[in-house]
Amino acid sequence: MIGALIVRDVRRGLTGAAWLPIAFFLLVAALVPFAVGPDAALLARVGAGILWLAALTAALLPVERLIEPDRADGVLDQFALHGLAEESVALAKIAAHWLTFAPLLLLAALPASALLAMNGRALARTEIALAIGTPALAALAVAVAAVTAGLPRAGSLAGLLLLPLAIPLLIFAVADAYLLEAAVSLLLTAGAPFVAGAALRASRT
Amino acid sequence: MTPPLLRFDKVALRRGGRMLFEDLDVSLAGGEALLVTGPNGSGKSSLIRLAAGLLQPERGIVERTSLALADDQPALDRELPLGRALSFWASSPAQAMEALGLTPLKDVPVRLLSSGQLKRATLARVVASSTPLWLLDEPLNALDADGAGRLMAAIEKHLSTGGAVLAASHQPLPGNWAKLELQP
Repeated sequence: MIGALIVRDVRRGLTGAAWLPIAFFLLVAALVPFAVGPDAALLARVGAGILWLAALTAALLPVERLIEPDRADGVLDQFALHGLAEESVALAKIAAHWLTFAPLLLLAALPASALLAMNGRALARTEIALAIGTPALAALAVAVAAVTAGLPRAGSLAGLLLLPLAIPLLIFAVADAYLLEAAVSLLLTAGAPFVAGAALRASRT
Repeated sequence: MTPPLLRFDKVALRRGGRMLFEDLDVSLAGGEALLVTGPNGSGKSSLIRLAAGLLQPERGIVERTSLALADDQPALDRELPLGRALSFWASSPAQAMEALGLTPLKDVPVRLLSSGQLKRATLARVVASSTPLWLLDEPLNALDADGAGRLMAAIEKHLSTGGAVLAASHQPLPGNWAKLELQP
């Protein structure tokens, strides 16, 4: 059942609006040269940080469609009746969300780095940091989606919840402290299913 | 005497600070059908969700076997054709679709179905589930006479093969039902 859920969510993600966060990510990267001027040295210096900010905000976009449609449509109830723990559902959703989000983001970082005049070394470092950090971003997105499911203005609330939690990830990612980033990423990814599971149970009425 | 498929033992349920019912005993064995009636807000749907394990009782014990639930949430992927959407929950939904007259709609996306067709699809998900206990919340809502007849035939068949049905409805259902009336 968990495998079927992952396959279903990946299919829904890819046939739905998987490209939207990616387009948003590229758009933010394209805006920066207009905002700070076309000074290549300056752009290259802030490039990695900008890509991370773009990735964080792009991670927020799909939050409202990760959990809420399934809650409103009774799909989560049906999983419970099939004996699936809420934590397992959350874990499957994290895996599926990562699969639809991370590879496209890593790919989009290539043109985005060109827009920011980043050299190959800087790009490689950012790609590694993104690869380490995206599981945590996916896990945070699902956890926040579960906590805000069914609430009015869930989208804005999700931003307020997710972005502060991503700060440690951001700090270590742009400092190229891969091991520390991996530790934070592991902590967030491992904790998120339990947070999301508890939230899903609590939101049941 | 076979063990009951669903058993409530002195169950109390509190919702929104209000006690909906107390000391409720229910026992449902194979072949039995129980209809919960009562006015709006008397706790019919809550009783169904309690039986499903989606709500926890304030006091008492609820025991149940594996079950299937049909309420007003179809839980079918809206972008998929009906046949594929149903097969996510049941490996072979063809018979259930036939029983509820949905076979011609097999390739129609779920989002295009009318509310009556969607109700049939929701019921078909339960019929296809091959679980011994069916929980039906307002099963006649949005159903036409043909749909209601098909549902009753499916229930009849389920009961004759040792299944049990717990339904909640504010309108009478045709057929032989034991009755449980909830007070407001």
